[in-house]
Amino acid sequence: MVKKIFVKSYVWLFLLLMYLPIFTLIVFSFTEATNVGDWTGFSFGLYAKLFKDQETMVALSNTVLIAVVSAVVSTILGTLGAIGIFYSKKRAKNALELVGQIPVVNPEIVIALSLTILFVFLGIRFNFLTLLIGHVVLTLPFVVLSVRPKLMQMDPNIYEAALDLGASPIYALRKVIVPEILPGIFSGFLLAITLSLDDFIITAFTRNNSFQTLSTLVQTKIKKGPIPSQLRALTTIIFLLALVVVIVTNLNLRRQSAKIRRQQKNEV
Amino acid sequence: MSKLSFRFSRKYLAIPYAVFLLCFIIVPLLLIIYYAFTNGGGEFSLNNLNKFFTDPTKLNVLFVSLLIGFMNTAICLIIGYPLAYFLASKRYNINKIMVLLFIMPMWINFVLRTGATRDLLVWIGLGGGHYPILATMIGMAYNYLPFVILPLYTTMLKMDQSLIEAASDLGATPKQVFFKTVVPLSSPGIVSAATMVFMPTMSSYVISDVLSEGQIILFGNSIYLNFSQGQWNDGSFMAFVLLVIILVSMLFTKNVKKDEDARGSIW
Repeated sequence: MVKKIFVKSYVWLFLLLMYLPIFTLIVFSFTEATNVGDWTGFSFGLYAKLFKDQETMVALSNTVLIAVVSAVVSTILGTLGAIGIFYSKKRAKNALELVGQIPVVNPEIVIALSLTILFVFLGIRFNFLTLLIGHVVLTLPFVVLSVRPKLMQMDPNIYEAALDLGASPIYALRKVIVPEILPGIFSGFLLAITLSLDDFIITAFTRNNSFQTLSTLVQTKIKKGPIPSQLRALTTIIFLLALVVVIVTNLNLRRQSAKIRRQQKNEV
Repeated sequence: MSKLSFRFSRKYLAIPYAVFLLCFIIVPLLLIIYYAFTNGGGEFSLNNLNKFFTDPTKLNVLFVSLLIGFMNTAICLIIGYPLAYFLASKRYNINKIMVLLFIMPMWINFVLRTGATRDLLVWIGLGGGHYPILATMIGMAYNYLPFVILPLYTTMLKMDQSLIEAASDLGATPKQVFFKTVVPLSSPGIVSAATMVFMPTMSSYVISDVLSEGQIILFGNSIYLNFSQGQWNDGSFMAFVLLVIILVSMLFTKNVKKDEDARGSIW
């Protein structure tokens, strides 16, 4: 009993600590003081200030733009890559798998520097494309990692069956393989988006200096002083969005596992 | 006359992927090595190597980075191992949602979270201005704890419970069961957790820069500084040192089967 109480309080203590910085910002998003810790009365003022803050709004739309574009590119390139690797001969397969996982072990700062040097070496000016390449390098291995297990679970005969029944290879790919691995493609896409949204280092190195994302904007601000007050309001909004996403995915997972259980019961 | 015909094969789908890897992973890494061992004029030189190993500030960066990397890995494992154990153990019957709650802070922008930690520490009087090391360690542990919990948690869920029961049936004390059965069984998780914390900590930029108010310079900070001053050769040599450290640590861990990258299991 004592042990159980100890265990529960240990878990809850660290959970609380994990949320302490975020909750502090959320609480102080309802007062207009410059510094966290000063309470100057309840107000929604910072929320109004946030939506009037052009700089932050532009940075937010840039962040979403690069996340969506890079995740789409990464998902297409990575899914085709994963399928191609899966059907390659052993040597090509091993080589591609090894090189493809380099960005996972490579520190972000090395990826960022190496790409920057490449662009400087080739005399390419930093623009949206260089930033896009940076984000695709970052997210691509995770798309491949998400798709690969679904390919392994797939019944290898259905593609052959489609060809025997007269489907062209491209048609069979689209109508047979892609639907089978769709959950993997989807989770790869979501993972690519979350990684891109959160990135600072690669963005800071490969972007054009006029292109601010949320990460680079916040970084320049917090180097000079406390988090700008209107960004406390932004934290509350991001937190609520994350909470909704967690609840929705959790409900989906439950529904799926309930469905699977029901199917299994029916089969028995 | 022979007719050249293109026959589609599924393996050709990997061609764009392979070209991308070649252009944006292999070539850039080769360029790092090239810049690390040449001077500004493009001639071969060991100047950067000499400078790195004789310059006390750079050696200090190496030493401090390794130290903070080890300390953070140890702190995260010490806090995170029991957490993952409790979360995975059926005995304490902790809701699965708790695991999700530990990961959820990662959805809030990383720079924003780091700034929030700094502002909170300044408010309670533990700011980096007075306590640079303490503030940096708190920021590091805060950021990397989820990366330790996830791989450990997944390994512990997969652990063969009958082995643990067998150990206690055969008369092992709870302490023996833990150290002789649970810890060895979860070693793949420990290794992948450690690799996910150590290198990123050593090479981090934002956390050390913001939380120590610029007083602690790690590899990331040093390379960033070189980058902003356009010193490609110096920066490349530092990146090369990081690559060597990765290779060495991979040699150490290559015999241990690792779990999948925990970042992959957020969704």
